[in-house]
Amino acid sequence: MSRTDHAEAGDAVDGIVLDQVERLLAQHLTPALLAACDGAAGAAAWPADLWAALAESGLPLALVPEAEGGIGLTATTAAQLIRRCGRAALPLPLPETVAGAALWAAAGGQAGDDALSLVPGGSPVRIAPHADGFVLDGRAAQVPWGGSVPALLLDAVDAAGVPHLVRVTAPGTLRDTHHDLAGEPRDTLDLTGRTVPADDVRTAPGWAAEAGVPSVDSVGAWVRAQQMVGALETCLGSALDHAQERQQFGRPLAKFQAIQHMLAEAAGHVAAATAAADLAAACWSDPRFVLATAVAKARCGEAAGHVAAIGHQIHGAMGFTQEHPLHRATRRLWSWRDEFGSDALWQERIGRAVCAGGGAALWPMLVRLRGGAG
Amino acid sequence: MHSFRFSAEPLPPEAEAARASVRAFLDAERAAGHFVPHRTSWTTFDAAFSRRAGAAGLIGLTLPEAYGGHGRSGLVRFVVTEEMLAAGAPCGAHWIADRQSGPQILRHGTEAAKRAILPRICRGDCAFGIGMSEPNSGSDLAAVRTRAVRDGDDWVINGSKIWTTNAHQVDYLLALVRTGEPGPDRHGGLTQFIVDMAAPGVTVRPILDLSGHHEFNEVFFTDYRVPDAMRVGAEGAGWGLVTEELAFERSGPDRFLSDYRLLVELVDRIGPEPDRFQAVETGRMVAQLTALLGMSASVARLLDQGVVPGVEAALVKDVGNGFERAVPEIARRLVPVEPSLTVQGDAFREALGGVTLRAPSFTLRGGTREVLRGVIARGLGLR
Repeated sequence: MSRTDHAEAGDAVDGIVLDQVERLLAQHLTPALLAACDGAAGAAAWPADLWAALAESGLPLALVPEAEGGIGLTATTAAQLIRRCGRAALPLPLPETVAGAALWAAAGGQAGDDALSLVPGGSPVRIAPHADGFVLDGRAAQVPWGGSVPALLLDAVDAAGVPHLVRVTAPGTLRDTHHDLAGEPRDTLDLTGRTVPADDVRTAPGWAAEAGVPSVDSVGAWVRAQQMVGALETCLGSALDHAQERQQFGRPLAKFQAIQHMLAEAAGHVAAATAAADLAAACWSDPRFVLATAVAKARCGEAAGHVAAIGHQIHGAMGFTQEHPLHRATRRLWSWRDEFGSDALWQERIGRAVCAGGGAALWPMLVRLRGGAG
Repeated sequence: MHSFRFSAEPLPPEAEAARASVRAFLDAERAAGHFVPHRTSWTTFDAAFSRRAGAAGLIGLTLPEAYGGHGRSGLVRFVVTEEMLAAGAPCGAHWIADRQSGPQILRHGTEAAKRAILPRICRGDCAFGIGMSEPNSGSDLAAVRTRAVRDGDDWVINGSKIWTTNAHQVDYLLALVRTGEPGPDRHGGLTQFIVDMAAPGVTVRPILDLSGHHEFNEVFFTDYRVPDAMRVGAEGAGWGLVTEELAFERSGPDRFLSDYRLLVELVDRIGPEPDRFQAVETGRMVAQLTALLGMSASVARLLDQGVVPGVEAALVKDVGNGFERAVPEIARRLVPVEPSLTVQGDAFREALGGVTLRAPSFTLRGGTREVLRGVIARGLGLR
């Protein structure tokens, strides 16, 4: 096959996978199931049937190369998959699993199709050699579905301060559980004394980690940025529909100039957030990954607040209730923008890098970030 | 579902290859002291700079070789454009001709007009102004009242134009005038003409901007004669032409890089060890700018493919102008100085002063923010 044929065959597979995700989500994510999984409204359920259906389709390994047993989607398509999960408010860590499995495979690990969660690096776990493997010390805090998943991926630091990428299976003791603003579980697990075999400790690939930025945090931020694009699309789409359907003062809301301007402003934020997340998607496994992810998390996080506020303003009191589905998007936006590093944290990292380089280095950096020669 | 897909593909190799040549030209210009980056902007009129840029092959990149151009892609031109902006080069004597008037004449002008004007544009020796706005019309172009009446092989124009950038220095205006009735949608009866500023019957009144700089003008036409060969497009087709032209005017990096040199001076002034406030706000601006560069390159790619992405272009301008307006406001919060145009030797203070006084124009030129939001709302299906 020529290069073009390959690309077209790849596009066809990508299209099939995305259609399949869309179909599975539409079929399973009924209002009743979403309500049952909403921990803010009571005890959260783990929708096991839905996970089984997703796993059966091979989706957990979507971004793992074919040679290593995955589907081998491009990162751009995997990002589209994650955005669809974000659009539909999927209450499962499929996005974390897709990216985590690919990171683990890139570090030379053998990825399985079980659910995998990512441990934010807020309070570092320590690691030390022990018998045939290693022993951990510390807590994994704020872990999405940490109490439900069979495996976690985390960055741990040894006595010399060297970071390691660690997979912890059957993570065990739940110390604390609570829910984010969207009602998704964010659990704390005690890992002190847990031993892991040598095979489950790796060096993260250089593109995923940079000085001071743990690899799991950067991959988690990448995931949240792509999810936020999906939720932003849902929020804007719902506001546009509502503005056209809802009549006030004898005409649809959409005919009021003030409403049009609010929606145009929201569209600008969605467009800019999408452009930033597209860039980060294109930079997966590239030396630009951490910086592009920083830009995407910062820009999507900034858009989240504006678009959620406009979405609610347009929907009026109706959107302020659990009876209207808008909250599934906006509560996630308010949670995701602060997870795996807030937009301010990522902005600070970008700002420190830019200031360290000086004004003359900024333009070449921007050109390189977009894929040029700097 | 409204989703925006801005291609994150890198620019093609031939476009990236052009970067080295434009940088070499700009380095030589700076080394020779031909411009001081923070004191000039892309609207700064410098005829000698434009002639040297033309000689270096940096103008008329997309125009055909038959008319003195270089027959390159729009993305090559995009790279040259963004490098000029990032360098703070004074492009005012060729910018409008290169960005919109030249391409319009190529697509819709007569052969005589193309032969007479395009080679001069490519040499950097022919400056254009935009003759759209009129007193009392503002962004409402359908309100244009300047009238052209046919007289044999000529048209006779009476009326006036306003906010015409560098009208006192340009060779031509591409003017939108009324030649017929507006019709029910108000978009009819408008026609574009190339008007020669050296012909009799035109007078120019300077309008000083907030910094005391003379860039704007009001232009008066009194029985001003234009040959029919200088008509651009069919009689009455003006609305469609300016709509198309505005997609080029609205989506370029000149809609968010106007004060890029202030950002550079700010980073240098903060120094390598920012406090947290400075780091966060600088990073926030850079994240916004990176997204805009991606959006703008995507739209350039669509324009290059012959698509006229009206809504995406309007989004670039709306988001881009918001960014441009915010930069001086953020800069003054990060570094406490008193801005001034008359203190030399403090590039940050000078740049902040200049940009603060120029910034109100960013959300006006090329269509006000409010008009742009109407265009976006239409694209979203709201009107």
